[in-house]
Amino acid sequence: MSGGRIRRLVVGDAQADRVVPPSGFTAQLTLFVAAAMAFLAVFALALSLASGRLADRWADELARAATLRINAPADQRAAQTQAALTVLQQTPGVASARALTADEQAALLAPWFGAELPLDSLPVPQLIEVLETESGYDETGLRLRLQAEVPGAVLDDHSRWRKPLVDAARSLRRLGLFSILLIGGAMAGMITLAANAALAANAQVIEVLRLVGAQDSYIAHAFVRRFTLRALVGCGVGVVFGMIGVWLMPAASQEGGFLTGLGFVGWGWLMPLAIPVLGALVAFVATSRAAKKRLGALT
Amino acid sequence: MIELDNVGYNYGGGELLTNVSAQLSPGSFHFLTGPSGAGKTTLLKLCYGALSPTSGRVRAFNMDVKGLDRNQMALLRRRIGVVHQDCRFLDHLPVKENIALPLTVAGKDLSQEQDNLQELLNWVGLSERAHANPPELSGGERQRAALARAVILSPEVIIADEPTGNVDWEMSQRLLQLLVELNRMGKTILVATHDLALIRAAKNQVQTRVLRISEKRLQLAGADL
Repeated sequence: MSGGRIRRLVVGDAQADRVVPPSGFTAQLTLFVAAAMAFLAVFALALSLASGRLADRWADELARAATLRINAPADQRAAQTQAALTVLQQTPGVASARALTADEQAALLAPWFGAELPLDSLPVPQLIEVLETESGYDETGLRLRLQAEVPGAVLDDHSRWRKPLVDAARSLRRLGLFSILLIGGAMAGMITLAANAALAANAQVIEVLRLVGAQDSYIAHAFVRRFTLRALVGCGVGVVFGMIGVWLMPAASQEGGFLTGLGFVGWGWLMPLAIPVLGALVAFVATSRAAKKRLGALT
Repeated sequence: MIELDNVGYNYGGGELLTNVSAQLSPGSFHFLTGPSGAGKTTLLKLCYGALSPTSGRVRAFNMDVKGLDRNQMALLRRRIGVVHQDCRFLDHLPVKENIALPLTVAGKDLSQEQDNLQELLNWVGLSERAHANPPELSGGERQRAALARAVILSPEVIIADEPTGNVDWEMSQRLLQLLVELNRMGKTILVATHDLALIRAAKNQVQTRVLRISEKRLQLAGADL
């Protein structure tokens, strides 16, 4: 699209705008659809961004961590813990290894058993937090050595539950992005229908315009500009309400889990502002195609 | 200027016109007459490219009308002013804007055309009705407004289809006077009508040729008019 055409689209021509009569229901339909779709797009975008943040966080925080569980009788637990720590300290690729304190272990169980848990009276295994270096350790070698030297040790590198979680978060992000595409497609479809209805309702106007020497590009422009501006305004309204809705959601918290983190962070608040522009672009393309097809069919 | 060379036209299964040949030379004034349904409107539409001939060739300003694309056709329409019997206005626009419509679609700056527009409104006697909407106009006013719209781009050819069909004798004389004035300015005029009195009145004022469609063919009318 040339610069002149963009300028004409934005600035417009008051006289040219008047040649097509104002169309009632298609105008309202376009505004409503654009606003509703933009509102939904804001939430889909928020969901997608939040899922992305979650996936990244889980992947980063858990990827280099593992837990060693010492399942040993109470009288051997301290010795096996010490043996395991020794093995870990000698293993290349292990950055640090630390046995959790009794309080830390009690805190982990608190959500299920309450804060006043008598840990000493329960056969709770000792947990060792293992952090690996950038290069990582030889997991098979470590398991074999632990099997030989610390019989009660079980190495859990979190991959069993981390991977599905990260995959789920990434799927959620993809779903959010796909939803935005679907919303855009649905909006294009609705605007095409509205534009076709407006073109059909104005067949006589088009005939008169052709009769007095109007080129098809002029006629198409009158419709395209109208629908593009309606979509821009509708999307703008929808985005404002959508952003207010996201802003009113509870802030991210440890207690609330994932659901409370469904919002925008930092520069992310600027991203919804692209939705009206994209909505207008969708309307421009949809109406241009509809007008070209319709005008080509009208003799 | 406009030339029809062995033009034929079929409507669906039936043949409406056959082997029609005619030439509208610059500055000429032609009447086209014939019974209702003979094909007068069809012949006019062939002249300004609203219809394509099924045989033969129509040339306008040395261009084969059939070979023109939509953009070229739009430019051709700006050189041929057309007055329809039913006028065909945009009812949501006032008369003044309807008359200025050819300027608008041609991308002219209307603020620089206000004097010409006002002069044209005065010429057709509609300056008092400039802000009325088309449905509020009488038959004669509508025809004069349509004529004003047809001439606002100063086309070389003006084609009118039964311009006096819905007006009284006095108004038809007024419309004829406007067409005669345009012809005296050098415009080529083609008017379809079955109003023989109008043709006789015109013959008293300006040199005209009368073409008659009879039995699908075009003939030069005789002295019986």
